[in-house]
Amino acid sequence: MTQPLSLAAIVAVCVATLAIGSYGLRISRATSDFYVAGRQVTPWRNASAISGEYLSAASFLGVAGLVYSRGIDMLWFPIGYTMGYLVLLVLIAAPMRRSGAYTLADFAELRLESRRIRGLCSALVVGIGWFYLIPQLQGAGIALRQVTGWPTWVGGTVVSVVVALAVSAGGMRSITLVQAMQYWVKVTAISLPAFILLAVWRADPAAPSLDPATLWVSAGTGPGSGLYATYSTLLALCLGTMGLPHVLVRFYTNPDGRDARRTTVVVLGLLGMFYLFPPVYAALGRAYASRLPEGARTDGIVLLAPHLLLDGTSANLLSALLAGGAFAAFLSTASGLAMSVAGILDQDVARRLLPRFAGEDLPDRLGIRLATVVGLAVPLVVTWLLAPVGLASTVGLAFAVAASTFAPLLALGVWWPRLTTAGATAGLIVGSVTASLAAGATLLGFTSDDSWLALLLAQPAAWSAPLAFVVTIAVSLLTPGAIPPHTRATMARLHTPESLLT
Amino acid sequence: MTTPTQPPARVRVTSSRRRAIRHLDRPVAEELTEQTRLGDVYVAGLMRAQLRLSASVLLVAALLLGAVPLALAIWPELRLLRIGPLPVLWLVLGVAVYPAAVIGARYYTRASENLEATFVDVIDKT
Repeated sequence: MTQPLSLAAIVAVCVATLAIGSYGLRISRATSDFYVAGRQVTPWRNASAISGEYLSAASFLGVAGLVYSRGIDMLWFPIGYTMGYLVLLVLIAAPMRRSGAYTLADFAELRLESRRIRGLCSALVVGIGWFYLIPQLQGAGIALRQVTGWPTWVGGTVVSVVVALAVSAGGMRSITLVQAMQYWVKVTAISLPAFILLAVWRADPAAPSLDPATLWVSAGTGPGSGLYATYSTLLALCLGTMGLPHVLVRFYTNPDGRDARRTTVVVLGLLGMFYLFPPVYAALGRAYASRLPEGARTDGIVLLAPHLLLDGTSANLLSALLAGGAFAAFLSTASGLAMSVAGILDQDVARRLLPRFAGEDLPDRLGIRLATVVGLAVPLVVTWLLAPVGLASTVGLAFAVAASTFAPLLALGVWWPRLTTAGATAGLIVGSVTASLAAGATLLGFTSDDSWLALLLAQPAAWSAPLAFVVTIAVSLLTPGAIPPHTRATMARLHTPESLLT
Repeated sequence: MTTPTQPPARVRVTSSRRRAIRHLDRPVAEELTEQTRLGDVYVAGLMRAQLRLSASVLLVAALLLGAVPLALAIWPELRLLRIGPLPVLWLVLGVAVYPAAVIGARYYTRASENLEATFVDVIDKT
């Protein structure tokens, strides 16, 4: 069962990540000079970095797994992941860069002039970050088990340890160049085997056809439920992207608002190019094997596909390339998330608590190291305890929580001068409570039947996101006295082109 | 304890009218950075134009994308159409949406930059 080539590829990717992490300080000093010194991080390089961090386990393995198991209807997932950037571009890209905010919590504090709402946002970022880390760690477990037969907890643990070491050694995030390379590594790893497998399929006289009827599995259960699920998923992904902890940070490296927009356009192109390929594996998988071998999970179809069409060394080589690419996906997304979560745990928790227990003179980086360990240990333990749900579905729930919390805050914060601190707080609380209760119930498996209630809980965004918007607006209108005093100045700064302000 | 003293005599404080600067030829860019009412009016105009642009792009995207699941629900046989060996729906949902999204994004970016350029022109001229 063990495939030595794939294992070697995975080890190589992990070692490379660690090496870059330990040299991270040196490199990141150079690259930060790079963009402080001026507008030299071009939209292309920045866009590659954004895409490199964004394409996660859900994209690399999950999309193909979903399309394989549930049909072309699931193409809405990659469409949503991509369209999220269109919504982000149109609603917040340039104003967010102009705000100068580095994180979501920074933006909330700056726009609403309240420390309390900053705390609330920080808690939410940690929650969503953990939620999003779970499927990354599960994906690693599935991938490693596929190529070695080891139990699934091994993969998640390996990724956690590598990310913790890399992050606490140097910090992966500031290394724009490395994340940019990650994108091209992932695109190569997913496209090259796809082209080869397609060529093999075309050349094979006895090849099965890609019949739409076999590609199409049932669209849903109850009347209208498929339609509801599709719209809800789309809404969650389109609105949720802007609220993910590791997405907004990268916009800060753009020189100005105009470049933030141009970068996002390139991101759309790069993501679109990547998402052409995962469905190829699903289609070939379905054509060659309508049922998976015993013990394999549908999320592993990408790694399995080469063995369905080829055998011997060629299959192992392709599989190794894919396994390496998949691990690159887990590591880059997980390190971006771990940095976001650890940054907040360090700033808002550790720096307040540690001096109480340890006195004032603490080692320099103790806080951030502890925060990294805690930030990764929590989701890791959760993956040990929880029965794995589909990767793309879990990620979908994280998007739903983000869409019901940060989307109203950001969209209204950027465009609506009458937003009040009370309104934003109420919206965040209502959105986070409803969406995370629904997500929790689904993950813990309380709602495995086909009822409408189960569907509403499994796909909460269609009702929880509009609810959060309505609550935010209504409470803001009821508390006109709580409009932050500098709202006009802030709004002017968000929307005025930089060239006028120098 | 304290000996009551006379409060200092009242002095009328006024500005010298002759030396007051009249603000007629202030550049509008200054109004923007200094957050005057006039600056607010300009920024509010720019924001309205940008919001209208953003809303129309979102609306078109939502209508185009949103129509597909509805069409599939009404005419399920659309799923079986194909061109050559590939299902049509695959070509639409798996391939064509992405260039379409990039085209939409480019259109938005250009239009938005044009709005800003016009705004900068107006400010620089006044």
